[in-house]
Amino acid sequence: MTRNSISFWIGATLFLVAVLLMTQVIGNQYPFFAGYVILQFVVLAVAWSILGGYAGYVNFGTSAFFGIGVYTAVFLFKAFSAPLAVQIAAAAAVGAFLGFALGLLTLRMQGIFFSIATIALTIIIETSVTNWRYVGGAAGIQLQRPPGTWPFDNYVQMLFFVQALLVVLAIAIARFIQASWIGRGLQALKDDELAAECTGVPTLRLKVLACVISGALMCAAGAPAAMYLQYADPSSAFNLNYSVSVLAMSLIGGTAHWAGPVVGAILLGTTQQLLTVTISSEVNVLVLGVMLVLFVVVAPEGIIGLIRRAGNNRRGGKT
Amino acid sequence: MTSPSGPQPALLRISALTKRFGGFIALDNVSVEIRPGERFGLIGPNGSGKTTLINCISGAFRTEAGTVVFGDEDITRLPPHIRTRRGIARSFQIPRPFKSMTVAENLMVALDFASVAGDFVPAAQRRDTVMSILTQTGLASKADMSTLGLSQVELRKMELARAMATHPKLLISDEAMAGLSSSEVDEVLDLLIKLAGQGITIIMIEHIMQAVMRFSERVMCLDAGKIIAIGAPAEVMANQRVQEAYLGT
Repeated sequence: MTRNSISFWIGATLFLVAVLLMTQVIGNQYPFFAGYVILQFVVLAVAWSILGGYAGYVNFGTSAFFGIGVYTAVFLFKAFSAPLAVQIAAAAAVGAFLGFALGLLTLRMQGIFFSIATIALTIIIETSVTNWRYVGGAAGIQLQRPPGTWPFDNYVQMLFFVQALLVVLAIAIARFIQASWIGRGLQALKDDELAAECTGVPTLRLKVLACVISGALMCAAGAPAAMYLQYADPSSAFNLNYSVSVLAMSLIGGTAHWAGPVVGAILLGTTQQLLTVTISSEVNVLVLGVMLVLFVVVAPEGIIGLIRRAGNNRRGGKT
Repeated sequence: MTSPSGPQPALLRISALTKRFGGFIALDNVSVEIRPGERFGLIGPNGSGKTTLINCISGAFRTEAGTVVFGDEDITRLPPHIRTRRGIARSFQIPRPFKSMTVAENLMVALDFASVAGDFVPAAQRRDTVMSILTQTGLASKADMSTLGLSQVELRKMELARAMATHPKLLISDEAMAGLSSSEVDEVLDLLIKLAGQGITIIMIEHIMQAVMRFSERVMCLDAGKIIAIGAPAEVMANQRVQEAYLGT
């Protein structure tokens, strides 16, 4: 293991310990409610970047994956009262399968056409779920949370910790991909798909792999949301806001490094939570839009890009 | 099997290859064999199907009819990256560098993916391999530069260097000299001749006739997707139909 890896895993462990301590010490429920949403966005943004950042395939279907995760959990809970771990694992499996299908789309569609296809996918899936009576159809479905299991006093605290575990998992995967031959292959095909293919890069296989991993993580991130809200309905589970927010978080953070979407999701997620509480839930969409425009103009490579450029300038190197 | 005294088996055997784009026939029943180690020139007016033929050999295009056999394997249906691993490398008419990477990283992609699986090269050794290819192509000083900072001639050389990093048996150079000054043309030509000297079979597409004449052992001329002449360079140049195709009638 390199020194870099050791410090990463130490950091991850400290993070999880801190999260666990929080659940034991803080009595107020609100921090967990708000923190859960931010952690959820971190997982979604990191997952999005694996396909959107490393491979350059802009996916507008985050809400499709998220919603499928929610409804996989709803179905398993209603049908079998499946425990949370099973809900998440099953959601990841469904997400991987859906990602595989999406990956095959990249065979024929690139650039904007791929993005449009992902929006179409979202609409098709949302419509199907809306017409699925068993999970509540358009009216949605109420769910009763089970009591919290040891060491957690209540279920929301447990969900908060579980989402923190998913954050660590997502980042570890993204980090591994970035440093490995998979990441170099994705970067090559992002730059030029034909040139990559003619340099020996199995572009289709790598794109499908990126879609599968990204999809599995997004669905896994969505699975606990049903229990978190104790309610699920298609128009909120498949809300396009997820797609837009996650895309904005990744782009604002910067997609060249795994830390980009993490920073972006924490920054925007926190801002959104603050605005929702202090002003209104509608204003946060506006702020999101303004920030996205600002960053596209001022810092097209996101916060990570800005930091790198500052570092290069200080060393007197070329930008 | 050929007898020991018989002719060497072809490295690349193209048989009755046809490629259509809708109603337009880009390649019409093209058959040609290329021997191992041969320096093969491919000429023809614009739109005659030269690059289409290259795309069919490298796998970028699927063909409607005919076969491409490389060594003793039928590669007609193989995707481009597998063909690269089998030993077919190419450069592009309009350079296609990996823009977000340095020159050395561009070559690293080839080392990462074009070598046979399990054929792992340690990091330090990979750097040596890359540097030796860059030295050979005269790009050693640019190794850690972004490809965005390269001049046209350097980009062309980088494309050839990247192709070389895949350890090809057959290298296809698609107009690597177009738009270069005459001294730059000589540089690239010398490089190609040097590579050929190492036993690599080279197909060179080119419009610059002096370069084609100096380089090629054999020249093939395409016009409207058909072979109109093939043989020794001087012979092909003297051919009535070749001259008509180039000058118009």
